Amino acid sequence: MSFSGLLSQGLEIVIAIALAPLLTGWVNQWRAWLQNRSAPSLLQPYRMLHKLFNKESMVADHASRLFRSAPYVKFGCMVLACAIIPTLSTDLPLAPAADAIALVGLFALARVFISLAAMDIGTAFGTMGARREMLVGFLAEPALLMVLFSASLISHSTSLTTIVETLAHREIAIYPGLPFAGVAFVMVSLAENARVPVDNPATHLELTMLHEALILEYSGRHLALLEWAASLKLFAYSCIGLALFFPWGVAEAQAPQAMLLALPALVLKLAIGGFLLALLETLSAKMRIFRVPEFLATAFLLAVIGMLVHLLLAR
Amino acid sequence: MTHWLLIDGMLVVLAGWLLVGVAGVLALRRLDLVSHVLFPLGGLLGLLLCGLALAALTSTPEVAVLPIGLPSLPFHLRLDSLSAYFLMVIGAASAGVSAFAAGYFRKGEGTPPGLLCLEYHAFLASMVGVVLADDAYAFMVLWETMALSSFFLVTANHRIPDVRSAGYLYITMAHIGAITLLLCFGVLQAGTGDYTFANMRAQALGPFWASVAFVLAVCGFGAKAGVLPLHVWLPEAHPAAPSPVSALMSGVMLNTAIYGILRVCLDLLQLRLWWWGGLLLAIGLTTALFGVVFASVQTDMKRLLAYSSIENMGLLFVGMGLTLIFAGYDMLPMAALALTATLYHVASHACFKSLLFLGTGSVLHATSERNLGRLGGLIRTMPWVGWLTLLGVLASAGLPPMGGFVSEWLLLQSFLFAPGLPVPLLTMLIPVVAAVIALVSALAGYTMVKFFGVIFLGQPREDKLAQAHDAGLWERTGMVWLAMGCVALGLLPTQFIQLIDPVTQQLVHAGLGARVAKSGWLLAPNSLEQASYGPVIFLLGILGCFALAFLMVRWLYHGRMRRGPPWACGFPWGTARMQDTAEGFGQPIRQIFEPFFVMRRELPTPFDDQPKYRVVVEDHFWRWLYVPIIDLANYLARLMSRMQQGRISVYLMYSFLTLVATLLAVLR
Repeated sequence: MSFSGLLSQGLEIVIAIALAPLLTGWVNQWRAWLQNRSAPSLLQPYRMLHKLFNKESMVADHASRLFRSAPYVKFGCMVLACAIIPTLSTDLPLAPAADAIALVGLFALARVFISLAAMDIGTAFGTMGARREMLVGFLAEPALLMVLFSASLISHSTSLTTIVETLAHREIAIYPGLPFAGVAFVMVSLAENARVPVDNPATHLELTMLHEALILEYSGRHLALLEWAASLKLFAYSCIGLALFFPWGVAEAQAPQAMLLALPALVLKLAIGGFLLALLETLSAKMRIFRVPEFLATAFLLAVIGMLVHLLLAR
Repeated sequence: MTHWLLIDGMLVVLAGWLLVGVAGVLALRRLDLVSHVLFPLGGLLGLLLCGLALAALTSTPEVAVLPIGLPSLPFHLRLDSLSAYFLMVIGAASAGVSAFAAGYFRKGEGTPPGLLCLEYHAFLASMVGVVLADDAYAFMVLWETMALSSFFLVTANHRIPDVRSAGYLYITMAHIGAITLLLCFGVLQAGTGDYTFANMRAQALGPFWASVAFVLAVCGFGAKAGVLPLHVWLPEAHPAAPSPVSALMSGVMLNTAIYGILRVCLDLLQLRLWWWGGLLLAIGLTTALFGVVFASVQTDMKRLLAYSSIENMGLLFVGMGLTLIFAGYDMLPMAALALTATLYHVASHACFKSLLFLGTGSVLHATSERNLGRLGGLIRTMPWVGWLTLLGVLASAGLPPMGGFVSEWLLLQSFLFAPGLPVPLLTMLIPVVAAVIALVSALAGYTMVKFFGVIFLGQPREDKLAQAHDAGLWERTGMVWLAMGCVALGLLPTQFIQLIDPVTQQLVHAGLGARVAKSGWLLAPNSLEQASYGPVIFLLGILGCFALAFLMVRWLYHGRMRRGPPWACGFPWGTARMQDTAEGFGQPIRQIFEPFFVMRRELPTPFDDQPKYRVVVEDHFWRWLYVPIIDLANYLARLMSRMQQGRISVYLMYSFLTLVATLLAVLR
């Protein structure tokens, strides 16, 4: 474990925590512009977090400890996820602790905890939200795993750093499996981050919401942590997408000074990605909840087809 | 001569369990004596067994001959790494279950406690015997003892008709399995007439007879493991049995079937054909998917766990199938990886499934309710059971950093890096198989959230649940022991794989031990570049972020909190019955996987005086496979009954005719 490794690891965590709400703000701003509304400030998510942290936390009478600890668990999971995805450098001391499969497990752990917490209060909305969240999860999770496996087959590794190193520094080659995986990944990340067409982050209409129903009973600092964790999740998913499909610019262990270049590259890539997400959300309409399984099954099949195509054509 | 071998120690444990059982019969109705002295004693013997087995893992195989049975046909016993590993699992799991059982049995539940004690310990002893047996005779005798003793345990509440019919179904399936096993051993001895396993190892069967033996073994052991289509007894027998017995049957007994398949396929049979592995893989995948889909729509908590056991047996079959495929192509390091994943899952399944069944036992005692629709909110009245069950739930859902995740991780690793199997079809199939595995484990997460959420979270759905009491000290001890197993298996994979190493060395002549030991706390089966997983760092990472976030929020802002009624979007009239029930949780699965089920719906019309909504979910196998067979058996029985006139003279004539026919056959 070198000094530069520790530095890049620390920098990655700090940047993820600090920049994640900014990314959310950026997407919201573009959504507003594209929908002909006047946009909120870029810093609106930070003001929101600050306001919520200042507020008193209101907890239901019979809530158990599970309910109160779940926001912290989810926040911890998301920070760890951002820490192991190579965004700035592939020289990360924490990365060997979790590979692609463990990353998917990490998201699942957060999801299970937050769903259980939503069921803890025992209101109709909470349990409905938990059920829907798990429904989205059980289809999105294997699809995400298959997307990551498509990349693992190319690099013969499930370690995220090795995947990024292989993909970033390959000679120009065409991987026919990756486009399928890419489409599948976009679909999965829309569902996982509660975006249109699966969920609408702006709505509070009880019959349509997924993510908002889950966190309905939270307030004050707990809600702030959950909102922050949601931003971190969006950040993490964006970084996975960048790492798998646009990995250029990430610094390697041998060249820590390349991080100076990696940071602006990351910001640029995230800015473009955030704009595309806002565009996608503006162009599509929210579907009925019963259509979501079909949507995610399509993503799952696309990801599997991507792996098969790779195996068929790569030999 | 007075040199004590480990196997003698095992026999002492075995004899000890039988003595404890006999003592139970002597103290037939003295509940306090049976539960507070005899069951803990049995648990201590289980710990002793676990310790002995740990020592036996790395030592050389030992044999013993017991002069039981016919004069020229003694019991041959043998203790090698494979049996030592399974003995370790049996010992560790039974110690926890016995401690729980010490506080579990109550007065007036069918079979008297002393008799239950005998059946329970005979069951344990026979499982140990099955794993130690070194000839077909001993194996079959002990296998049958195991089936019979567990049958009596299942029917402990024999005054309830459903329990009796579940018991009969179980014993029928067990016997169908036993018959095929008998035939399998018949094929394995290849006409030599010598039924010791040593002789079977020496026989070089041709591909045809070896395949016959393999298929018979899969049928026989598959009936015990409950793989498709022989699974029907599991969801009936597990809910019927008292909870410690369900825990033993599901967490421990099912593993003897896995042991049997490993023993026959990788030890007794010298030939290894790749399509055997393909067959196991196909069976395992369908079983796993079927099991988890059915588990997610169940409304009875023990049936749900029984279907989850079917799913886990399916995963174990997938692991064994993969091992056989790799072994068939002589890719021994890969075979070792798949086998390690299988054996790891055996141990973690034993821990978490026993733990979950014990949890349902405590809930059952506190509320006398098995239906998920009448539970809820128990984490507040039963915190010990609730939080310990949560650990089991996390392990069962295959979430890091618990035990279930490690085996799943190893299994997926062995799928991903099947480097160029010679058959292109197999290479193509493997991603599909990995996809199904991923889907199954994600669905397991759904099922477990439903299980835990509906029982322990939310508001109590019935008034009586407010008086539910937490588990007693004995029950807690047993559950804590098993929960510790789940956590330790999750956090110390490298250390535990060292224990599995001798077994894989014995069966496929390769192991992960040396490779894994290099990376210290990180689990890296091949190299750090290829794949690694560090559960301790993982857990510390999450906990560190947890603590840091907590402290920062307190330091920068405040920790003020106010309690109040739930907000619920401002609807004030919410009642406990408005929460999602188990049926509600199953509804999306019923919709998505509709072809899996036979469903009958009764929907109310607007004009009903007493509207009723009912859904009955059944499985296709029961309707299309078992009902016709039962009808056929009944038909044949009715035909046979025509011969039974009830008059002595007719029966005498039957005997006479039989005698004449026999004489003719012999003299000819």
